[in-house]
Amino acid sequence: MQVNLKIWRQSGPDSPGAFHNYEVPNASPDMSFLELMDVLNEDLQTKGEEPIAFDHDCREGICGSCAMMINGRAHGPETGTTTCQLHMRKFADGAHITVEPWRAGAFPVIRDLCVDRSAFDRIIESGGYITAPTGTAPDANLILVPKEVADSAMDAAACIGCGACVAACPNSAAQLFTAAKLSHLNLLPQGQPERYKRTVSMVNEMERWFGSCTNHGECSAACPKEISLDFIAMMNRDYVKAQFKQRRFASQT
Amino acid sequence: MTKTHQEISTANQKEGADAAESLAHYTGAPVPPPARTDGPWLIVFWRSDIAKKWLMALSGLALIGFVIAHMIGNLKLFIGKADINEYAEWLRTLGHPVLPDQVVLWIMRVGLLAAVVVHISAAASLTITNRKARPVRYQSRRDYAAANFASRTMRWTGIIVLLFIIYHLLDLTWGVGNSSWRSGEVYDNIITSFQRWPVAIFYIIANMALAFHIFHGFSSMFASLGWSNPRLSVLRKNGAIGIAAIILIGNVSMPLLVVTGVYP
Ligand code: HEM
Ligand code: FES
Repeated sequence: MQVNLKIWRQSGPDSPGAFHNYEVPNASPDMSFLELMDVLNEDLQTKGEEPIAFDHDCREGICGSCAMMINGRAHGPETGTTTCQLHMRKFADGAHITVEPWRAGAFPVIRDLCVDRSAFDRIIESGGYITAPTGTAPDANLILVPKEVADSAMDAAACIGCGACVAACPNSAAQLFTAAKLSHLNLLPQGQPERYKRTVSMVNEMERWFGSCTNHGECSAACPKEISLDFIAMMNRDYVKAQFKQRRFASQT
Repeated sequence: MTKTHQEISTANQKEGADAAESLAHYTGAPVPPPARTDGPWLIVFWRSDIAKKWLMALSGLALIGFVIAHMIGNLKLFIGKADINEYAEWLRTLGHPVLPDQVVLWIMRVGLLAAVVVHISAAASLTITNRKARPVRYQSRRDYAAANFASRTMRWTGIIVLLFIIYHLLDLTWGVGNSSWRSGEVYDNIITSFQRWPVAIFYIIANMALAFHIFHGFSSMFASLGWSNPRLSVLRKNGAIGIAAIILIGNVSMPLLVVTGVYP
């Protein structure tokens, strides 16, 4: 199959960028989108041109490195899919595809399609962990966790930190990321002692960098792990509760 | 955390640096100042976007309550002149004989004004925050997957509603621009106002905007207040459609039927 690409090129963080047009005449429908980029880059290198810089690592949808706005959607037209798991068979022969980096003040473009997502690391550093050493895995059923709760903690923990939520959000809000990172700890017994402290500090850090939520739902629709908006509601409730809570009397709940 | 807000980012780098040089010296996104957590707690609370959104949702809920109560009262227009005038008189004397006349009415007015002020200042402040969060916009067309017309026009429908509230008070509370307006003659004032077709059209458009605003606002409110629960989400989805439809039909019926001469 043949595809026409319009890709954002930018040589450095402070350089102005622009769209460039490329044609890939010999794409296979079985290729992933990143493999299409590899074919294009090989072609560019053969011609002596700079290859297009883009982030990627695992190529199996679990690391969260790949990040591209494809035809106006984060990670392209497929739902619940990362760019590396998006296949060319989802596009028509002769398709015109526009590729742009994530856009957010907190995610500056470093080069071409690579953006700096370290603002996410700042949020994690501010509380996305459990301070006490938790030791080795305890015996099963020593700490009882309702099955439904364990399942939703797992759902939240599925976040791979790719930044699609921020990229897709009309407000550049990072609520879905932060809520997922809070919930996978705040739902489980081990997360309770620091629940409110964690919520306040991670939310405060998030709000330094990102916009605020207006409940469009674009984040969840773009999320390759389809993380639910309900986690955002949980974060909102915990944050406001934390302002009123007598934390000296807060026990395990 | 290693970076502080004093740290220089490439955004402030010396002029004339080429791409390779600025890439080599890249130190990260411009670091915003840390959250300010000093001062009285209400001010600290207001500084947080999530808390602001919570206050916005509470004030919005109060306003929805008002809009519904106001509509039910006004629909007495269709029962008859004596009924709606009696209702207006009841509002003025609410609380009688415990409190002097108009005291309860003024408490409600002050409460509504406070709700409008909180709601709009939160909306304005969050809109500025959100604009700043994406200084360079997308250069290609976005393709939205979930955002709908109502959610994307909240600022516009909100502004239309605000302008409408101002005009509505001038028109029916103070009688500005209506030469036949007389204090206390609620029925006649409404009819003579709505018989002017530009006024009726403005009322109809503004209430359509209000219905869209409430359609998204009602369901957004659940998330902002942290009410997420499978049972509530049924109420959330159907309630948004139901409330928006009721408000649309109820409020539009009055100017529409009067201007077309169907009523009275
Ligand atoms: C007077 C002018 C008004 C302006 C400028 C305004 C503006 C806004 C904006 C920008 C939002 C946030 C949008 C979002 O969450 O996506 C909002 C939310 C909302 N508005 Fe308004 N609005 C106004 C009047 C009203 C009125 C009269 C009502 C009620 C009848 C109302 C009820 C709501 C509700 C319930 C929300 C959702 C709150 C939340 O989830 O945080 N608004 N408004
Ligand atoms: S490359 Fe790892 S998720 Fe796509």
